[in-house]
Amino acid sequence: MTDNTVVASPAPASPPGRRPMSAGDRIRFALRGIGQTLITLGLVVLLFVVYEVWITNIFAHQAQVKVYNALQHEWQDGQDPLLPLPGENTTTIPLGSGIAVLYIPRLGRDYHFAVVQGSQVPDDAQLEKGPAHYADTQLPGETGNFAVAGHRVGKGEPFLNIDKLQSGDAVIVETKSFWYVYRVIGKPAGQNPQTVKEQVATVNGNPIMLPGREIVDPSDGDVLQPVPDNPGATPQKALMTFTTCHPKFTASQRMIVYSELVSKAPNNKKLKMPDSIEALYSEVNA
Amino acid sequence: MYVWIWRRLPGPLAAKVAEVLLLLAAVSALLLFIVFPWIEPHLPISQVTVPHK
Repeated sequence: MTDNTVVASPAPASPPGRRPMSAGDRIRFALRGIGQTLITLGLVVLLFVVYEVWITNIFAHQAQVKVYNALQHEWQDGQDPLLPLPGENTTTIPLGSGIAVLYIPRLGRDYHFAVVQGSQVPDDAQLEKGPAHYADTQLPGETGNFAVAGHRVGKGEPFLNIDKLQSGDAVIVETKSFWYVYRVIGKPAGQNPQTVKEQVATVNGNPIMLPGREIVDPSDGDVLQPVPDNPGATPQKALMTFTTCHPKFTASQRMIVYSELVSKAPNNKKLKMPDSIEALYSEVNA
Repeated sequence: MYVWIWRRLPGPLAAKVAEVLLLLAAVSALLLFIVFPWIEPHLPISQVTVPHK
């Protein structure tokens, strides 16, 4: 191979036309080196952003589709992962497998995610597949708190637009047996859920009020309690809690969205949603 | 550094350009599919859970 840019150098050690470096040359050389290094680092950081918001979504989407399809097959085979196996008393749901499908009309007709069973605190591998249920919190429809964590940016970003939810917005959870309709807490409907509250329990005759949305410290595990923020209180309603990061791209706080079960309809496994569920989509189009 | 690499790439200009693109693709792939997935769990981003009990 020939190098066309260098023409016949007689002495490789000191090519002609290159004089010894002066002090100014050295400074320029050093500055250029620093400049190029900084530009390179900047490009690497930009590429990392591309990775976070785009590449991770590709892999997470593949994982989510797998879990979703596996869950649909289970349902078609008549298995309900939420029920104990025959001859057993307790449910043991395999970690990382699908348990329910989540629909949020406010976030669009296409919005649906298979919710996976997580650990006591869902780990990265589970969260990459989809929104993950905190094991040991209640199951869909149960009195208490069905708590689910999900990514806000990247990794499938199921909760990217969770801050767009208004008080009273429907959040639908489909299991093998039921369509559960939850509504974001707070009255009146259509408000910023952070500003409106609703009674979720009574302790010693005092009403316990809960907002539809909270921004909390990352260490605040009480949001997962059967009566959120009130450890030890006896739950009277079936609530659902979403946890995600806040603000976007950071881990400095957590955004919590609460909703409350308002109705349920049997899931007869028709390909279509029941009319009562379908109707929830026209609420947000209006 | 970039000048140094450019001078050492063999072939005519067109080949050099192709080689640069290939190098860029290789470095990007290395970062996107090996380096970033490996360092990401150690960074304080995309943590979405709260402690439970």
